[in-house]
Amino acid sequence: MKQEMKPLLEIEDLACGYPGGFQVEGIHLSLPEGAFAGIIGPNGSGKTTLFRGISGTLPLIKGRVQLDGADLSKLTWKEKARKLAIVSQFSETASMTVEEYVLMGRLPYRRRFQFFDTKEDIETAHHFMRLTNTYRLRNQPMNELSGGERQMAHIACALSQHPQLLLLDEPTSHLDIMHQMQFMNLIQRLNEEMKLTVIMILHDLSLAAEYCDYLLMMKEGSEFCQGTPEEVITYQHIESVYQTVVIVKTNPVSGKPVVFPVSERRLRNGPK
Amino acid sequence: MRGNRAAAERKRWRWGVYLFLLLVGVIAVTLFSLGMGEIPIRITDIPAILSNSEGVEHGVLAYIRIPRTLLGLAIGGSLSIAGAILQGIYRNPLVEPYTLGISGGASLGVTFAIVAGLHLVNILVLPLAGFIGAIATILLVYALGSGKGGLSINRMLLIGVMISFISSSLMMFLMSITSSDNIHNIIFWIMGSLEESNGTLVATMIVLSLCGLVVSYLFVMPLNALRLGEEKAKHLGFDTNSVIRILFIVTSLLTGACISVAGIIGFVGLVIPHIIRLWVGSDYRILLIASFLSGGIFLVLCDIVARTIIAPNELPIGVITGIIGGVLFIVLLSNSKRKRAVV
Repeated sequence: MKQEMKPLLEIEDLACGYPGGFQVEGIHLSLPEGAFAGIIGPNGSGKTTLFRGISGTLPLIKGRVQLDGADLSKLTWKEKARKLAIVSQFSETASMTVEEYVLMGRLPYRRRFQFFDTKEDIETAHHFMRLTNTYRLRNQPMNELSGGERQMAHIACALSQHPQLLLLDEPTSHLDIMHQMQFMNLIQRLNEEMKLTVIMILHDLSLAAEYCDYLLMMKEGSEFCQGTPEEVITYQHIESVYQTVVIVKTNPVSGKPVVFPVSERRLRNGPK
Repeated sequence: MRGNRAAAERKRWRWGVYLFLLLVGVIAVTLFSLGMGEIPIRITDIPAILSNSEGVEHGVLAYIRIPRTLLGLAIGGSLSIAGAILQGIYRNPLVEPYTLGISGGASLGVTFAIVAGLHLVNILVLPLAGFIGAIATILLVYALGSGKGGLSINRMLLIGVMISFISSSLMMFLMSITSSDNIHNIIFWIMGSLEESNGTLVATMIVLSLCGLVVSYLFVMPLNALRLGEEKAKHLGFDTNSVIRILFIVTSLLTGACISVAGIIGFVGLVIPHIIRLWVGSDYRILLIASFLSGGIFLVLCDIVARTIIAPNELPIGVITGIIGGVLFIVLLSNSKRKRAVV
């Protein structure tokens, strides 16, 4: 997007997918350091599959992903885990305390025969627990937290990996509006203050337009369009990708596009 | 900050206490096991008896009870860590060392050897046949379990279960065409026993179990990460495919060796990791050692019961582990409010 900077993440002609099944192909994306990008698109359009391709869980069929000059497919899992952290859509938890969970984020920095956390590990984990407001919950079991608290713990764990790139797969879809905003504001703050590059899969188009400075819209396994929120979030694009009639207006405060739903009856009877 | 470090220190302190208690337990049951039997030996007399190489009591201790007790510790420990590891990989509390069909393959090997009369040639044929059966099963599960998408652990599980069924059918077939003497031998072998007169075999088993513990302990961090699922473990920097592969080999070899030496001793690998998880938590750094030690304690205790309850005759140890293990587990589970700790 910005020509003057060398991109942090460069995805060239990526294709990946499940053997004999769904595939994502022809994805190009180039993001500078400190970008806050969103991936949008209907269910089943390949957003999570693309994430799996970037993170290496699915082997690439074609193309390559470069992060900070390194070809991700050539790195070991451990090297990758120090550059890239991902919070999945369905993060699983086990019976461990929040502190134990967040400390897992320090695993990529362990030496081969190191069985205990160093002072630095603990301090890093606590730093990010304070930042995500989960420090007060540190001795609680992960599976007794509320959805919002758990999401914050996932972020604390991911941040403890000291990633350059943070991938978030629909992090806000189970949260109420308060927790949603809290979460998005936190990510925005991290993005600004730590220069953390973020890519987020989002379903809420208005939220995506409000927070992200770059959007990739996907349809049926490939790119439909990409650009700034103003370029991507138009009623024409949404109608052809989602097959849904919407009204797109501008948020009077931020100047970003906002998507309004239109019900079937209203569509039939005309505007009130 | 002080509160934090205190939490980590408290944890290490707690782990230290667990280990201390378990080590005391191991020593206690060992002494108890050495003393109990047809010829009771007082614990205080043991050093004197051992230093004097004459007399019946020396023979009983040196050639019967000591090997038997050490074998119990080794086998109980091995089965327990195999169970703890497999339950972690599958994140399924019902998986145990025998689920992958290893016991079925070993039993089939032994059954075949007995039916063919090979056990009359040399006493070591049976463990060997068991081990060959176990290895053949592992290779088969491995080969069939790795499809085009790499090793699929769920596929391996299903194939293991199927191989168990096939082996048990083949065993029944073999048993249906053989003499009743052979059937008796087969059944007694299957039910398991810690009676093993061959010193080399006992020593091998002990060394193997310790190696198994050390090697699998190198993988406690990936095992901890695997509690969050394979994908998350990858994102935390672990090459889960090779970790799982190595752990499979370790657990299979341990299980195969245990079965070859002592037959099919059930329940240890299923119940002990569970109980220990309820007690020490599911962090593999402590869980693995604690399972090893308590598996040994449990098996030696069961063996004491098996060989004294109807003395001079002996009950198959599998009977005792099943009854004691099952009852103990139900009691603990119904007393435990911490149901979340089960998985």
